[in-house]
Amino acid sequence: MSAETIKKRRDLILSSLTSGPGIVWVCLFLLVPLISVMAISFLTRGEYGDIEWTFTFDNYKRFFGYGIFGFDPLYPIIIVRSFILAAGTAALCVLAALPLAFFISFLPPRYKGIALTLVIIPFWTNLLIRTYAWQILLAPGSILSNLVHFIGIVPEDVPALPSAGAVYAGMVCDFLPYMVLPLYTSIEKIDWKIAEAAMDLGGNGRRVFRHAVLPQIMPGLVAGIILVFIPALGQYVIPDLLGGAKTVMLGNAIGQQFGASRDWPFGSAIAFFAMGIVMMGLWLYARVARKHGEEALL
Amino acid sequence: MKKNGPILTTISFLTYIFIYAPIVMVVVYSFNLAKYGAGWTGFTTKWYAALFRNEMALEAAKNTLILACSSTLVATTLGTLLGVGLSRYNFPGKRLFSWLMYIPLVIPDILMAVSLLLFYGLIRQWLGLFELGMSTMIVSHVTFEIPFVAIVVRARMIGLNPSIEEAAADLGANTWKTFWYVTFPLILPGVLSGALLAFTMSLDDFVVSFFTTGPGATTLPILIYSSVKRGITPDINALSSLMILASIVLTVLVQIFGRKEQERGSKIT
Repeated sequence: MSAETIKKRRDLILSSLTSGPGIVWVCLFLLVPLISVMAISFLTRGEYGDIEWTFTFDNYKRFFGYGIFGFDPLYPIIIVRSFILAAGTAALCVLAALPLAFFISFLPPRYKGIALTLVIIPFWTNLLIRTYAWQILLAPGSILSNLVHFIGIVPEDVPALPSAGAVYAGMVCDFLPYMVLPLYTSIEKIDWKIAEAAMDLGGNGRRVFRHAVLPQIMPGLVAGIILVFIPALGQYVIPDLLGGAKTVMLGNAIGQQFGASRDWPFGSAIAFFAMGIVMMGLWLYARVARKHGEEALL
Repeated sequence: MKKNGPILTTISFLTYIFIYAPIVMVVVYSFNLAKYGAGWTGFTTKWYAALFRNEMALEAAKNTLILACSSTLVATTLGTLLGVGLSRYNFPGKRLFSWLMYIPLVIPDILMAVSLLLFYGLIRQWLGLFELGMSTMIVSHVTFEIPFVAIVVRARMIGLNPSIEEAAADLGANTWKTFWYVTFPLILPGVLSGALLAFTMSLDDFVVSFFTTGPGATTLPILIYSSVKRGITPDINALSSLMILASIVLTVLVQIFGRKEQERGSKIT
């Protein structure tokens, strides 16, 4: 036996002793359930909400609008709406995170850690609690709800809650750290000499930012957008508590089918669709991260 | 050029206010005398007293702690071993698995929740195992906690100076002794911060618990959710404030821990 084969065999034994149990656990309780979702999405719902082993594409047809009585836009609308809400959340997060990330990066080194920790702390408190807090904040007669009516973001005769605006507030509040952290990492790496050179060459503030700074923070921006978009697309709690019938998203549609409607095969079809989007996003993120040698976010 | 002007500073402070407003609001309301409505009528601590007489809340608190402690224990053990193995040894399919491990970090929790619910349902049909309840919640939580522990430990392992382990081996320690007496004490801070992360995540989780629990096993987040659906009572604000406090303490601990270790690490290497 060559030395290399011995090393390989030793690696394999030590791997299975150390990583083995964890790998088995993750495969059994993560991979197998995800594969089951895929499989069940091609089966039929029985009369009593059980699963019948009849192969069908009906769940997907229904999801994409081919109902029994012709075109039914219910689920296509939910798909489009989820994409709009997730994209809108990502856009608002960019707007809020850009100034904040620059601010933190410009702080004296000893305050940077504190400023970053302050961004992360709310992220680790219970999302459910932070979400229902928005119910208190936007309750009729509260300062904030009077304010949004006064400024005119929300018309007088429309309540501030439940609304798409409330959902956006909850979402941005929740996902902001996902955007701030990669952006901050990118900003810290900026080569300011390039910006200075652009200034010396007579560029104004906006043009310097556009041509000398923005390209340098692009990887962080793209990573942040993907990291916000993916979980936003499948959000369950925020649209459930802050939105109404007009803000039902993919996550809520899935929850509905696995809960009250008890149509697991159809719920699985929606879940599998959402999973596909997530995987595509992950793949994109991995590509961006690899290309720019960024550390994965944690 | 690299300076914070007044505009940038103002916007940033407003953003901080925006992300802290909900948390502050819940804490403030937990001391509000008013039982209904949004107005402030006076300071009181009676909702905290009411909370500690609330049998359902106490039962839910007990369940939450059992769930968080047991899942953290299992996830830390398996996750640490996994992190060590992934950083040291090669096996076929390692890259694929490392990728798979990142899924729980980014996947929307509803997807994890329903896929586990479905999986338990199928297994129950065939084998009669996994009756929904505390045990299924623990298994679910372990599943999303393992990757976090493993990733933290792996990062710590990669940061280790390999010559320390080589020295131990040269001095005649076998693989097990090298690991237990040399490697493990060095990665212990990583293991502990991984465990703290896992514990915090378990406390934070609502969606996965909600879908994989059964009758009788109510956790604090599930209790809060059902109260929110019925209309918030002030003692729920008190409960939420205590949970916020717990999360903040845990997060700050993880941060301090991580930073101290980083400083020490940079001195050693």
